[in-house]
Amino acid sequence: MDTPRQKHLVLILAREFASNLSTPTLIADEGGRLVFYNEAAAAVTGTPFAEIGEVPLDEWTASFVPRTLDDDVADPAPAERRPTRIALDERRPSHERFLITSRDGVEREVEISAFPLFAHADEFIGIVAIFWRT
Amino acid sequence: MRVTIWGCRGSLATPGVETVRYGGNTSCVEVSTSDERTALVLDAGTGIRRLGLELVERGIEHVHLCLTHLHLDHLEGLRFFAPLWDERVTLDVWGPPSPVVTLRERIARSFSPPLFPIDLRRVPARVSFRDIPREPWAIDGVTLSAELVMHPGPTVGFRIEEGGATLAYLPDHEPALVGPIAERTRDWLSGGSIAADADVLLHDAQYFADEYDDRIGWGHSSVEDAVTYAHMVGARRLVLFHHEPDRGDSSLERLGAQARLLAAEGESEPVLAREGMVLELA
Repeated sequence: MDTPRQKHLVLILAREFASNLSTPTLIADEGGRLVFYNEAAAAVTGTPFAEIGEVPLDEWTASFVPRTLDDDVADPAPAERRPTRIALDERRPSHERFLITSRDGVEREVEISAFPLFAHADEFIGIVAIFWRT
Repeated sequence: MRVTIWGCRGSLATPGVETVRYGGNTSCVEVSTSDERTALVLDAGTGIRRLGLELVERGIEHVHLCLTHLHLDHLEGLRFFAPLWDERVTLDVWGPPSPVVTLRERIARSFSPPLFPIDLRRVPARVSFRDIPREPWAIDGVTLSAELVMHPGPTVGFRIEEGGATLAYLPDHEPALVGPIAERTRDWLSGGSIAADADVLLHDAQYFADEYDDRIGWGHSSVEDAVTYAHMVGARRLVLFHHEPDRGDSSLERLGAQARLLAAEGESEPVLAREGMVLELA
C-alpha cells in the first residue's frame, strides 16, 4: 500500500480524547515517536503541535532541558527518570516533578504523569502523558 | 475479483414487501478466489443462509469466514450455514481478537442454551477459529488486511486484494465520531489504509444526517459522512451498505439520490447495495 498505515484505533481515540481536554496531554506511539499533543500542552511548551510534527519523543523532551526537583534543588533529569521513558520502556505508569524551560524561554514547574496504552489484544500501542502545572 | 452481496441490511433482518428490491438479509458478502473449491465469505448475517445452500451445491470443501465483529447481525446466520453441518467441509473462522475471551468461546455462546439447542462442539464440519493477524495474510491468491475501526466493541474493516483489484469492506463504521472526516489525514482516519484507493468500497450509510444527529456513538454513518469518507480515501466506487432496518425501498432510494447529489463532480456515482448484486473488479 502506498498510503501510510492507519494509526492504531486506540491512538486515534486517544488523540480525539486529548483534543477535547483542557489538561495538557501528549501521545507517543509504541516506538517512542511523539504523534500528537493538544492545545493546552502547546500553551505549556510554547509551540503548537502542527509546527513540530511527528518527532522522537526523547529529542523533543530534551529540548526543554528538564530538571528534577529533588529537595527543591534543580538537577538535569536523566532520561531514565522521565515518566514518558519509563512508560515506554517498562510499560508502567510513572509520575515526576520537573522544572522545564519552554520554547518561549519561560521556566515552568510541571508534574508529568505518563501511562502505557494497551489495545484489546494486550498489544502495546504507545503512551499518554499529562502535564500538571504546579 | 467477483464480489456478491448476499445481505446488506443493518442491525436486524427485515423481510417484507417493503424491502423486496434491496433485500432484508443482514450482512454477508462473498468474494471469489482462484480455487473454486474454496469460498471466502465476509460476515455471517442472515444472508449467509442462502449462500451456504449454494456453496453446498457447488461442492465447496473449504470456507474462510472473516467476521468484522460479533454483533448479532453479523453472526446470527452462522448457525444456519449449511457447510457448517457438512462433515466434508473445513471452516476457518477469522475474527477480531480479545485478550479476555477467545474467538471460539465468544462464538460458542450463540451455540448454547437458551439461544440454540446444539453445542458448537457437535457441528460436523472441521471448524477452527483464528484471531485476525495485524499483518496482511493470504488465502488462495487473495491478500487480506485488517485494521480495528470505529464501532462499539472490537471491530475490523477488511481490505481484499487480488490481481490488482481492491475491495474495502467497512460495513459498520462511524469515522466521524472522532471529528470531521475532511480534516483528517488518511493515517489518522479510522480505516484510512484499509479503504485507500480501493476500486470498490462497501461502507456503512445507515442514516440520513438528521437521523445521525440522534445516534452519534451508535457506530454507524450518515450518508453524508459515507460520501465524504469515500472521497477522502480516494475510493473509486462507493457502495452504500448496512441499510437501516426501518427503511423501505423507496426511502432507501431517496438516500441513494442524496448520495449522488453529494458526490463530487468527476467521481463515480455512489450506488445502493442490494441483495444479489454482483460487482466485477478488474
